Amino acid sequence: MTRKQRRMALIGAGIAILGVAVGLVLHALEDTIVFFYTPSEAQAKAIAPGERFRLGGLVADGSIEKIDGTTIRFVVTDAGRELPVTFSGILPDLFREGQGVVAEGMLDAHGVFVADTVLAKHDETYMPKEVADALKKQGHWKTGEGD
Amino acid sequence: MIAEIGHFALILAFAVAAIQATVPLLGAHRGDAALARVAVPCAGTQLALVLAAFVALGIGYVTSDFSIANVWANSHSTKPLLYKITGVWGNHEGSMVLWVLILALFGACVAAFGANLPPMLKARVLSVQAMIAAAFLLFTIATSNPFERLHPAPFDGQGLNPILQDPALAFHPPFLYVGYVGFSIAFSFAVAALIEGRVDAAWARWVRPWTLAAWMFLTIGIAMGSWWAYYELGWGGWWFWDPVENASFMPWLSGTALLHSAIVVEKRDALKVWTILLAILTFSLSLLGTFLVRSGVLTSVHAFAVDPARGIFVLLILSLFVGGSLTLFAWRAPLLRAGGLFAPISREGGLIVNNLLLTAGCATVLIGTLYPLMLETLTGDKVSVGAPFFNATFVPMMIPLLVLVPFGPLLSWKRADVLAAAQRLWAAALLAFVTMLASAWLSRGEPVLAAFGMALGVWLIVGAASETALRIGAFREPLATVFARARGLPRSAWGTALAHGGLGVMVLGIVAVTAWRAETIALMQPGQTVEVAGYDLTLEAVVPRRGPDHDEEVGLVRAERNGRTVARLEPARRVYRVRQMTTSEAAIRPFATGDLYVVMGERDGDGWIVRAYFNPLAPLIWIGAVIMFLGGAVSLTDRRYRIGAPRRARAARVPAVEAAE
Repeated sequence: MTRKQRRMALIGAGIAILGVAVGLVLHALEDTIVFFYTPSEAQAKAIAPGERFRLGGLVADGSIEKIDGTTIRFVVTDAGRELPVTFSGILPDLFREGQGVVAEGMLDAHGVFVADTVLAKHDETYMPKEVADALKKQGHWKTGEGD
Repeated sequence: MIAEIGHFALILAFAVAAIQATVPLLGAHRGDAALARVAVPCAGTQLALVLAAFVALGIGYVTSDFSIANVWANSHSTKPLLYKITGVWGNHEGSMVLWVLILALFGACVAAFGANLPPMLKARVLSVQAMIAAAFLLFTIATSNPFERLHPAPFDGQGLNPILQDPALAFHPPFLYVGYVGFSIAFSFAVAALIEGRVDAAWARWVRPWTLAAWMFLTIGIAMGSWWAYYELGWGGWWFWDPVENASFMPWLSGTALLHSAIVVEKRDALKVWTILLAILTFSLSLLGTFLVRSGVLTSVHAFAVDPARGIFVLLILSLFVGGSLTLFAWRAPLLRAGGLFAPISREGGLIVNNLLLTAGCATVLIGTLYPLMLETLTGDKVSVGAPFFNATFVPMMIPLLVLVPFGPLLSWKRADVLAAAQRLWAAALLAFVTMLASAWLSRGEPVLAAFGMALGVWLIVGAASETALRIGAFREPLATVFARARGLPRSAWGTALAHGGLGVMVLGIVAVTAWRAETIALMQPGQTVEVAGYDLTLEAVVPRRGPDHDEEVGLVRAERNGRTVARLEPARRVYRVRQMTTSEAAIRPFATGDLYVVMGERDGDGWIVRAYFNPLAPLIWIGAVIMFLGGAVSLTDRRYRIGAPRRARAARVPAVEAAE
């Protein structure tokens, strides 16, 4: 092989690997990313049941109820709309009524959000950024709650 | 007083760094040896001054001097001493001082141990290193002064976030920073070489030990962070593809590529331009990581700074260094003379494939990390990119790499015979195949890919072992010859085998946990029993306990297997008194087959929610990382890489020994 051919072989291998990587990324960006919505946005977009998304907002006061041993039901609100959520499992340590929460899952046929993951803030000065932004947009931000 | 001394030392360090960044560079440009020599005492002074600032802050923490705002915000008089000390870097300002300290430490080490570096190269390297230091010192002084005073001094501090009060996390940042910041040396060498217009085998030998040391610490730092997440966050997971985790993982990936491409520069005088580019990119990714973590554009457990001024400042530093070095690269790289020729199938070719796959994998992580930021800026849509994305992009890039790793060390330089290499791997292939059948049978074929993953791990381990066995003639030669050869085998060859074997061990752990973890959640009243992966867990009682700075409820859990008690676990829920913050403390009991992992949730009536996992082979993930670290350490003790050992004159005729193998 001449020097030029060798170089072409290397460049070819580089382009091939890069091409595979680009293909995988584009494909994954279609399928695997999860959008974040507040209850108002979720209702405005009329999301179909079974489509995964992240729901963020505040846990509505007085809304937490136990269904059975490990399943609970609560309402997420962004001060505009509300969305009922069910979740089975251990809640984060700082899951409280009136606090920020992000849940990941999908809507069922009755419009209830079935969460498989619930994230709450990690300490008393931290609020999930998406929740803070969404609440600011709605004009329900109290200063001193985070940021 | 002590705070003012520290503050003053930081400012002086900035002044010294500014001198070190300019005078030696000028000296090297003019060929003035006296000016160039200024770099060495400057580097030492800079280290002493930053160390003084760091110690001053440390004294503030240990003596609980709450007139220092930083101590007040992050410490408390009742905090255990260990966490008072580690609290120094458990916050934004303090961690920046640590960052600069490690930067200065690396610079001073080059100054002290690089006695036989060509004087002008050394002057340039130290100058570039000082430019980075000056930028970050200015950043620290201007936007993140750790020595700000409070008037009047508060009576007691606010305490440290309790989930950060943990031994693994306490020492995670220093290790991570030694890794992250250590790549600055490779960067400085690369920029100095571009200014000089010369890269040769000796250059690669000077760079490799530093890169290797940085890589080792980054490996262990990332592993510690993941171990912390595993047992402290209580979710049973060990890697979350959190942007902050990715920020440290990207320099690791490109640093690993750099480590391998520098071998080609050293042994074959080829791939010079690519290696220089990788050195620049690796440190750029470290800077990007610093920007992502420090600017508050990401929200995460790890991100403490949320101050737009800081973000813009770090972004400026980032663009200055990345933009500047890449411009220099575009301008000067064509000057570098192309080196040795090689066929596509050769050790060089193998290392190129390694580099391509690692950098492509790194690119997918970069896209996954930055995509949500870009999308939100452009369209306002908020998305999260999580494990599914990386499983669909990064993992497929790594699988061919893992398959190819055992071939690499068996290929000869210049032109190699793949079939001959494959024949030498028959034992690895056989054992991998047996593993695949065995795990498919044991798991009843579910999931399909897991059996293949386990085979891959065994393939890596046995592949690394067979390469060493071949080289020392094990099973073929008399024992005395084998021992003699084993002693004669370069340490770097042992290091390579260990690191590749460690990777295999880690793969086994990752695959087993991902594929076969078992999980049970139950509301348990004392006396009740649940089952997970063949273990019967009985919650015997829940008792209150009082710790130095927290109160806790401890669940006493007995684990039985086939009616015999095999472990007692004590998961707890803690309330930290100062911050009134609750944490769950997972109880983990490692067995030979995996970890039994129990977390206790909130009280509900008469019961507690208990979540139990069985994580098969989980400890192998971290054991693998430790083996990789040891591999690096063994390699580093190789006589030929001893810091400062190589000389340019000698280096020119060295590669003969290795190539003969």
